[in-house]
Amino acid sequence: MADHSGTAPPAAAGDQVSVRAALTRALDEALGADEAVVLLGEDIADPGGGVFGVTKGLSTKYGADRVRDTPISEQAIVGAAIGAALGGLRPVAEIMFMDFLGLCLDQLANHAAKLRYMSGGRTPVPMVLRTAVGGGLGVGAQHSQMLESWLTHVPGLKVVVASTPSDAHALLLSSVVDDDPCVFIEQVPLLSRRGPLDDRPVPLGQADVKRPGADVTVVTYGRQVHDALAVAESLAPGGPDVEVLDLRTLAPLDVDALLESVRRTRRCVVLHEAVVTGGFGAEIAAFVSEALFGRLLAPVLRVGAVDAPLPYAKALETLALPGPARLHAAISAVTSSGASPP
Amino acid sequence: MVDLYLGWRTGQDGQRRLQTAGVSGTPGTRTMVMARSLRSVSRSGTVAGPDEETMKSIFRTMALIAACDDALRSAISAGTITLAYYSPRGQEAVAAGFAAALGPDDYLVTTYRGLHDHIAKGVPLRPLLAEMLGRAEGTGKGKGGPMHVVWPDAGLLLTTGVVGSGLPIACGLAWAAQRHGDGRVALVSFGDGATNIGAFHEACNLAAVWRLPVIFLCQNNGYGEHTAFADHQRTARVSDRAAAYAIPGVTVDGNDPLAVRAAVVEAAERARAGDGPTLVEALTYRLYGHVFGDRMAYVPPDELDDAWRREPVGRFRRELLEAGFLDEDGVRAVEEDCARLVAATLEEVLALPEPGTDELLTDVVARSTGG
Repeated sequence: MADHSGTAPPAAAGDQVSVRAALTRALDEALGADEAVVLLGEDIADPGGGVFGVTKGLSTKYGADRVRDTPISEQAIVGAAIGAALGGLRPVAEIMFMDFLGLCLDQLANHAAKLRYMSGGRTPVPMVLRTAVGGGLGVGAQHSQMLESWLTHVPGLKVVVASTPSDAHALLLSSVVDDDPCVFIEQVPLLSRRGPLDDRPVPLGQADVKRPGADVTVVTYGRQVHDALAVAESLAPGGPDVEVLDLRTLAPLDVDALLESVRRTRRCVVLHEAVVTGGFGAEIAAFVSEALFGRLLAPVLRVGAVDAPLPYAKALETLALPGPARLHAAISAVTSSGASPP
Repeated sequence: MVDLYLGWRTGQDGQRRLQTAGVSGTPGTRTMVMARSLRSVSRSGTVAGPDEETMKSIFRTMALIAACDDALRSAISAGTITLAYYSPRGQEAVAAGFAAALGPDDYLVTTYRGLHDHIAKGVPLRPLLAEMLGRAEGTGKGKGGPMHVVWPDAGLLLTTGVVGSGLPIACGLAWAAQRHGDGRVALVSFGDGATNIGAFHEACNLAAVWRLPVIFLCQNNGYGEHTAFADHQRTARVSDRAAAYAIPGVTVDGNDPLAVRAAVVEAAERARAGDGPTLVEALTYRLYGHVFGDRMAYVPPDELDDAWRREPVGRFRRELLEAGFLDEDGVRAVEEDCARLVAATLEEVLALPEPGTDELLTDVVARSTGG
């Protein structure tokens, strides 16, 4: 997707744009660069341009045949994306909320993920599934779940969660040009977050140190990156020096960056929005512990949502999600002697 | 003359009876009734019957399917090979019929009971059998197995082991054909059991709304796994469901390859003209039950006896003889040739190596990652 000619103007360095605008720009560039790219999903065409406006303007620019509204039929959306990919297109499907993955998981896990392997490489499935997560917005338990560990448990799927406009832009483009099915997770509270946008490509499978530090590595992704950065800054005067490692893609996982960081800091806390039990943090904790057992100064701790459906009432929702206080406590625990869970 | 086999129904007295219909006055609606004449092979008023060569080719396809099925069941029984095997015996006419209506570039999506579809669409026997036996030379290097055969050169892009899951994927293939403007159609083959799963409804509706060049071909063999048709849905015909999506629905005699061919020719013409999908129901029967070893205890003996009397390969053989296209020596030569070919290929494939250990982690994802 190197050729962006005829599409959105390149971003000027230092531009402040929202994550939403960065995503829209990436889709715009993808559609402009490759006729094979098509979008499908519920209400993605104009005037709405998706319930969160990420595809706004694209059906007007590229036609309702390429940016195509669908019935409310998640199996059909993902199945049609798979078939379109098998037929030579590069579809980007939208599933409105990640919670609705349950309606199309057969297509995603049994078909998109496996068709390359089961055919000995004859039928790859180059597609993207974009999906939104509403945790923190007060929309209740069926519109708020981070279910990334459902996906990382299935070999053949790639899983992407961006935290900044530049990463969102670059990683979505990398997902579109990738020859495997990629699930691109968009946390809604992050969409209006603004930041600079550069046009540097970011390959899948490359983590990013968002803040270097010497004493403890906080491994995280998505909007929790910003929580981790805030906590790190709050501790800076006199407290432990926190490194924030943004995984950016969970599959493939950048194990080199992960081990390099924790080998150096010798302490690790994993922070994610999903519930702790069976979450991706467990995979990180196990991996780090297996690789660096003798080197670690404290057990790897996990910080995530409590093991309950996400409640509606604002105070309870805030309590359920992993806020700065719990991360702070975990960092204190691993950096003090005799670490114990927060 | 009773020709159209409409399946079994359980009456109010609890007795199961075979329902059939003659050339006119069929029960139900939207049933395509074909003029029945051994001299005229056309089964539709608008579709011309195939020429003699095509007739012979259809017979050979059916004979090859039956020979392959015989050889596999024999080899499993003898302990020479081991696999979960879903015999398509009895459904040969459906596959040979639809394949005769499609071009090599047209897409096919099928299911785990797919051997007949694979052979009819043109998957070469050697990589097909090699895949069934888990050999490196198989269609999926032996890593997919019989439920996951693909052969893009013949348009076969998917065989799925999940009931009904192929329909939405066929919609996507049809969408690609629509975007490319290449005139291809996508045919997706599935059983009657698949018509009760959500994917069926979502796909029929999407294809209708998008006017996709797709043909939904239901091979109604009377059973969804081990549950009889009348016990898994109330509709008299699967094709009745087409009305719910405002698409054409037809029911044909699935034991008559020419009837299936005629229906699929019409559906393909409609699809290529931009007029969207068709639901074709082909009434047939699976003669060896759900999976190899199925004792078919749930099947009334008279039903099975009757189904064997309607067995499609022998029936079409008689038609060729009566039409004078082949004589007894001619049909026997075709059958013996198919049996020899299958036996020789099976022997070759048994000697082939399994995939090497280097294949274990190959093809999980592409070798390189985008960036």
